[in-house]
Amino acid sequence: IVHKLIKLQIHFVLLISRQGKVRLTKWYSPYSQKERSKVIRELSGIVLNRGPKLCNFVEWRGHRVVYRRYAGLYFCMCIDEADNELEVLDIIHHFVEILDRYFGSVCELDLIFNFHKAYYILDEVLIAGEFQESSKRTIIRLLSTHDSMVEMAKEEATSIGNMIAQVTK
Amino acid sequence: MNPFSSGTRLRDMIRAIRACKTAAEERAVVRKECAAIRAAINENDQDYRHRNLAKLMFIHMLGYPTHFGQMECLKLIASPGFPEKRIGYLGLMLLLDERQEVLMLVTNSVKQDLNHTNQYIVGLALCALGNICSAEMARDLAPEVERLLQFRDPNIRKKAALCSIRIIKKVPDLAENFINPVAALLKEKHHGVLITGIQLCTDLCKVSPEALEYFRKKCTDGLVRTLRDLVNSPYAPEYDIAGITDPFLHIRLLKLLRVLGQGDADASDAMNDILAQVATKTESNKNAGNAILYECVETIMSIEDNGGLRVLAINILGRFLSNRDNNIRYVALNMLMRAITVDAQAVQRHRATILECVKDSDASIRKRALELVYLLVNESNVKPLTKELVDYLEVSDQDFKGDLTAKICSIIEKFSPEKIWYIDQMLKVLTEAGNFVKDEVWHALVVVISNASDLHGYTVRALFRALQTTAEQESLVRVAVWCIGEYGDLLVNNAGMLNVEDPITVTESDAVDVVESAIKRHASDLTTKSMALIALLKLSSRFPSCSGRIKDIVVQHKGSLVLELQQRSLEFNSIIEKHQNIRSALVERMPVLDEASFGGRRASSLPNTVSTSNGTAVKLPNGVAKSSAAPLVDLLDLSDDVPAPSSSGGDFLQDLLGVDLAPATQSEGTSQAPKAGTDVLLDLLSIGSNPAQDNSVSTPDILSSAQDHKPAIASLDVLAAPSLTQASSSTASNMMDLLDGFAPAPPKPANNGPAYPSIVAFESSSLRLTFNFSKQPGNPQTTTISGTFTNLSSNVFTDFVFQAAVPKFLQLHLDPASGNSLPASGNGTITQSLKVTNSQHGKKPLVMRLRIAYKVDGKDVLEEGQINNFPRDL
Repeated sequence: IVHKLIKLQIHFVLLISRQGKVRLTKWYSPYSQKERSKVIRELSGIVLNRGPKLCNFVEWRGHRVVYRRYAGLYFCMCIDEADNELEVLDIIHHFVEILDRYFGSVCELDLIFNFHKAYYILDEVLIAGEFQESSKRTIIRLLSTHDSMVEMAKEEATSIGNMIAQVTK
Repeated sequence: MNPFSSGTRLRDMIRAIRACKTAAEERAVVRKECAAIRAAINENDQDYRHRNLAKLMFIHMLGYPTHFGQMECLKLIASPGFPEKRIGYLGLMLLLDERQEVLMLVTNSVKQDLNHTNQYIVGLALCALGNICSAEMARDLAPEVERLLQFRDPNIRKKAALCSIRIIKKVPDLAENFINPVAALLKEKHHGVLITGIQLCTDLCKVSPEALEYFRKKCTDGLVRTLRDLVNSPYAPEYDIAGITDPFLHIRLLKLLRVLGQGDADASDAMNDILAQVATKTESNKNAGNAILYECVETIMSIEDNGGLRVLAINILGRFLSNRDNNIRYVALNMLMRAITVDAQAVQRHRATILECVKDSDASIRKRALELVYLLVNESNVKPLTKELVDYLEVSDQDFKGDLTAKICSIIEKFSPEKIWYIDQMLKVLTEAGNFVKDEVWHALVVVISNASDLHGYTVRALFRALQTTAEQESLVRVAVWCIGEYGDLLVNNAGMLNVEDPITVTESDAVDVVESAIKRHASDLTTKSMALIALLKLSSRFPSCSGRIKDIVVQHKGSLVLELQQRSLEFNSIIEKHQNIRSALVERMPVLDEASFGGRRASSLPNTVSTSNGTAVKLPNGVAKSSAAPLVDLLDLSDDVPAPSSSGGDFLQDLLGVDLAPATQSEGTSQAPKAGTDVLLDLLSIGSNPAQDNSVSTPDILSSAQDHKPAIASLDVLAAPSLTQASSSTASNMMDLLDGFAPAPPKPANNGPAYPSIVAFESSSLRLTFNFSKQPGNPQTTTISGTFTNLSSNVFTDFVFQAAVPKFLQLHLDPASGNSLPASGNGTITQSLKVTNSQHGKKPLVMRLRIAYKVDGKDVLEEGQINNFPRDL
């Protein structure tokens, strides 16, 4: 997969479990479906097999993949070769801290059953492969506003449903 | 209501999938769910559309195809409520990418949402647009996004800023529209807006020189001030990471300053102080601080020169390099690599530490360090650095040896101060990691050895010693076998001893032992074995006392299933047994291989390696061999579609080394190879003496037919296959020649084949050649030609040699002639039989060019001609 990718800070984000299961994938550069599964296969092979004390960077196809393990989950971000790997480590940590606050001590199951929420959170941290917001509080506040809007819509739907049900009784 | 779609909830589906014990079970569950979702889509079910899309996204993550759900995203985005839009946009980003046509259909919905009264819906649209917009969408929606840069809520402004980055990257022409709104963003207090605004500004400067000029003039001071305030800001819990307020903002400010300062002394001056402050005051005990230092060093290295700052930056890198944290060391190596262009001396100071990193247990660090060491090597440090690397080669991981070997070989070639050092180092590498050495590298070594005439003895003895300790490195074995074949006599008599050498006692039989073990070694491949056979042939002449034993070894391969070995065995055996008189001439030492042409050839095929041109190449004239070979080569070159023969060193080498035609090692086009091979063998065979005429003519055929067979490393049943009959028969008769030396009577024309009229193929005032034709039944492609030469003059022709050549679609084999002197006035004839195989039988007629050489009264006469009057259908 040789790409002439537009220069982005982050080309893609991957979350892979210790067992090699994909928990989240976000592609900011264009990769076809076929390429995506190839990337995932290759990278999980490389990243999962690295020892615990080694550095958090692997070189891969002219790019650099920054990864960090949290419990059984590997958070990976692919960046350009000349970019700041250390900062990307902090971005990963920032994302994980927000997940943790949002779910309240996050675990892998949260990310499986609420995978869509993990994506919503990521969308508040990164857009177009660029960093968006350094305040965790701002992000959490935005997310809860979104959630409450969804809740309100649900309640409205049920109450309308009830009203219709009553009328048609 | 659809009975399927009301079925499982998302949570239940995930549970069901997780409960699957096998992949087959999982596929079954997914198939069932997909069927239900398709049914719901077909019925245009609205109630469960968002749930179905969520399920599809999960299924998509598992790697199953979900394209049928793409339109559902569009429908959800078009629906009025926030929850539907939210999941719709998520699906859009997840299931589609910018290259899909479907995406165009969503432009209108996105446009409406960008103008929506609900700011959160605006946010959703901006996010999706930023992540997947195409160039067309960028053009269509840029005005909306630009307007949103001034939206009242900062969370929309920051999303619009990132979305703008995507837009100007897709369509750089749009950049100028964003310059003014971005200048306003740079003055904001909200960190999210500031971070994204600075990022957008950086990207604008990269795509638009006007933007760069504008921001450099108007904003440099302001940005420096912002950075200063940030660096000096009191503790701010919302943004604090490891005691630093918002490292992300720090880093982006430093990046933008770098772009503004690069190539502009004034702007660079304006930021000197704050860069110095960041470089000296930032805490480096946590990752966040180091990330800032990283960015600061990069900026210092990029902006206009300020000696003091550079020293600071290099010192920071030095500290990084000695850090215990692997991550920090890794980035240090990386940055030093970039710093080398700025200050090579400063980087050289860290050489020892970098060399240690080559031996690190972490593959990523090793790789970086090796790249860096490679850049650090120069004439003055090549010896100690190579020693370190070669020493490390011994203990390094198997999977690192390939990279390491390639780099060491490249360094040795590039910087070798003298030949003996080059040979010593290469021998060490071959001994440690010969299996990782590329073919062209050991080929180059052989060329260098061949040119170092004063080191022949030294080299062959060193190789002999090396082979005593390890015989498991293929390329070491090859080089050793080649050298022992060439310089075996120097091995035995300790000729040309250098002061640094210890004398060794090697008997002739020891030398043969080594080559024999190479041939018997199970792991040896065809090339090695072929080379060993050649070496044995050579030794048989160098060591007459071992000749009998060598013959026994050679003959063991006459039944080899590999045609190449079988043929060599038979040929060489015959040479040893029956052609004592020409053997010593045949196996003379190789002429010195031409370094320049080999180097040139390599340079053209391998742009990254530098050829060895150290020391003076001693060019021995090998004119005798060449000139006698040349006519034949010309003759063979009948067809004009063949590229000009290139007898470059590489070709020679390759062919002499092994007549190694395994396709993998052949770097030239195949069309050229046979000719080169012929060339070489001709050289070999004709060195020094006038070869017996019967051999000289049939030799090219032997070789070329051997090459023709090469692709089908023929097992016997392949040879027996009808399609190859003609080939095998010609090979067989080739071998017969060598085996029996002088030909049996030409095959009698078969009675039951079709009859063809005889022709006068060639006639001059002094000579006539007539051809009679016959064909074997069942083999219409092959024609046996019986040629009869008649002397029309009144003088005797002596040293009579007939040579013939055919275009490529024909295959020619000449049997030996019945004699080499032709009595005068038709009082006798010479007959010679030829076999021609026409691969275009029925399409093209035979054609042949001939050359006849003889002596009249001791004077050379040469006659040439072309035969075009062959009967049709031959």
